Amino acid sequence: MEHSIERRAGPLAGVSTTKFAMWLFLASEAMFFGGLIAAYLVLRLAGSDWPVVADVLNVPLVAGNTFILIVSSLTMVFGLAAIESGDQRRLRQFLVATAVLGSVFLSIQAVEWRELLAEGTTASTSLFGSTFFTLTGFHGLHVLGGVLFMLYVIARAFQGRYTKEEHGGVELMGLYWHFVDVVWIFLFTIVYLV
Amino acid sequence: MSAAKRSRYLTVFAALAVFTVIEVAVAFTAITKSTQVVLLLGLALIKASLVALYYMHLRSEGPLLRVIAAFPMLLVIVLLLLPVFDLALAQ
Repeated sequence: MEHSIERRAGPLAGVSTTKFAMWLFLASEAMFFGGLIAAYLVLRLAGSDWPVVADVLNVPLVAGNTFILIVSSLTMVFGLAAIESGDQRRLRQFLVATAVLGSVFLSIQAVEWRELLAEGTTASTSLFGSTFFTLTGFHGLHVLGGVLFMLYVIARAFQGRYTKEEHGGVELMGLYWHFVDVVWIFLFTIVYLV
Repeated sequence: MSAAKRSRYLTVFAALAVFTVIEVAVAFTAITKSTQVVLLLGLALIKASLVALYYMHLRSEGPLLRVIAAFPMLLVIVLLLLPVFDLALAQ
């Protein structure tokens, strides 16, 4: 952001220190989710009493939720494009839209969890329940973290802190948000569809 | 925002939405499990690549950031393949 340093030579030429740090952070996050997904695969492939996923989970509801997350990635990238051309008003609109969509995603996930818990599927009733709540729970926490991060960026946007020349915070926010979308793309496939 | 940029982002969005619909259709189509898994993982990889290349702008980044992004993906693939092979050998 304001205090980041942009390198002018070498392989990181033109890349700010904060953006470099964000990519390193996202790389470690990819390994974190990779470990969780590997554990899920081991338990699922070795477990004999795995339920038919479509019978237990509400796939159409979650497919709709996946669509919401994709739309939120579009509004996020539109927000960045807006401030890249100096349009602070459109930046604010798109950031607010992204935060709202992220909150809707979390709300729908809460509905899905409530349905499962009401049917007696909890994190401690089966391997399926443990892995399902762990994977979707950690992803949900990341979305929640993203929404909170977004609120901070929105507050700064309303203060007029981002300009055409200086909008590193919006770029970092976008990288994190899209990463959370990428993780969901894989989780949706592995947990709900396969 | 330039018209070209707007059009590119909308095209990627349309592709992501269409691939998601295809994924759900594949999941509910009566085909062999192995074909289904390959198709679904392939579609997920394409979707993730589109987001990384166009929305995270890896397409226009330098080689170092691309390596930082790609390296954990390779490690994750190894991490996922190891237990699969281990379980296959144990059976």
